[in-house]
Amino acid sequence: MKLSEENIREALYDVKDPEIPTISLVDLGIVTGISVSDTNDVNVQLTPTFAGCPALRIMEDLVADRIKIIDGVNNVTVSTNFDVQWNTNMISEVGLKALKKHGLAPPPRHDGYIELDVLSDTACPYCGSRNTTLETPFGPTLCRSMHYCKNCKQAFEGFKPVT
Amino acid sequence: MDFFNEDHIAAAKDLLYKMADDQLIIGHRNSEWTGLGPLLEEDIAFSSMAQDKIGQSEHLYELLHQLGESDPDNVAFTRNADQFHCCHLVEWPIGEYDFSLIRHFLFDFAEAVRFDMLANSSYEDLAKIARKYRGEIKYHTMHANTWVQQLATGSDESKSRMQNALNETWNLALGIFEEGKYEDTLKTAGIFEGEAVLKRRWMDSVIPLLEKYGLNVPDESTWAPVYGGRQGFHTGHLQPLLSEMTEVYAIDPTADW
Repeated sequence: MKLSEENIREALYDVKDPEIPTISLVDLGIVTGISVSDTNDVNVQLTPTFAGCPALRIMEDLVADRIKIIDGVNNVTVSTNFDVQWNTNMISEVGLKALKKHGLAPPPRHDGYIELDVLSDTACPYCGSRNTTLETPFGPTLCRSMHYCKNCKQAFEGFKPVT
Repeated sequence: MDFFNEDHIAAAKDLLYKMADDQLIIGHRNSEWTGLGPLLEEDIAFSSMAQDKIGQSEHLYELLHQLGESDPDNVAFTRNADQFHCCHLVEWPIGEYDFSLIRHFLFDFAEAVRFDMLANSSYEDLAKIARKYRGEIKYHTMHANTWVQQLATGSDESKSRMQNALNETWNLALGIFEEGKYEDTLKTAGIFEGEAVLKRRWMDSVIPLLEKYGLNVPDESTWAPVYGGRQGFHTGHLQPLLSEMTEVYAIDPTADW
């Protein structure tokens, strides 16, 4: 049976970000290309969230492992490149909810221009209050910022907007 | 690379080497703040920026690999100081926080402008990377700008420390823009508009900010750019850094960590 790109994409919803296990790589927006040959050879292209993301190779392996167990798949290749440059607007609506479920304030949609006040105006993922302050735009991973909610008096992390 | 003739390839390699080496070395220096930052947040900030820079350098080394150079690990870990093309600014030890902060400010604004220019490069693989790096470096310049502003407009001690650090660092920063022999080739090939244009745009972005914060840019009559790094002439600080950075690789090149 000839597999479709959609068959592959469906399977990739099962592959989660190794550092944020609530969000799939598809919803994160980093799956930028899928091709299936007549003989069911599959090639998947990924784009890095951050150039220095240490999970790049792990994500390639997770993608390859998931596709290999699809019935009828022949050879699998996964490559990472910058042909499409990732930005946080590429995270799906489902993905934004998944980030929040993990306790991360989702990034605001942006128009290609980001200043610190954009980050300062972040709603608390726990209580929803906007009475928060940005502690630092750098966090425990490259994609996170650190905030404090003055309403529920908790520190929280945000997934920072990237252009 | 259809559009490249041999001269274009040599010019692109020269450009890639200096950018990648700058990033690898400043990344390593930034990482030396891990555990030592004056605040926990600064510790994390410099560590994150180190990770960004080293990650960014790897993709530039990958482009060099595509142009026929050795693989990224080999290029990063097996060269001696005289084979590096970084500017002296990035190789100096971290010193006190005031020096590291001013260096970070001057260097990252230059990188921001450089990658902005390269986003329109005719060398499409480099342009794609530049468009990506711009967004990441935006966080570096925001960070540098926030702290330079706070400290330059803070206590008497913090003001004088910022001013002294700026005085000591300015000529090193001008060394970023040392021209190479391929400036004309890069321009005519549409790869890069050149160091002179970059320097002018950098001054247009940093000088008004520094002045706004009450800092005095050294008088132009005293400007003496510190050159040599792009040609492989370095301070005595680079080789010890490389020896430390490559220690594990030197013991076991196949080590995985």
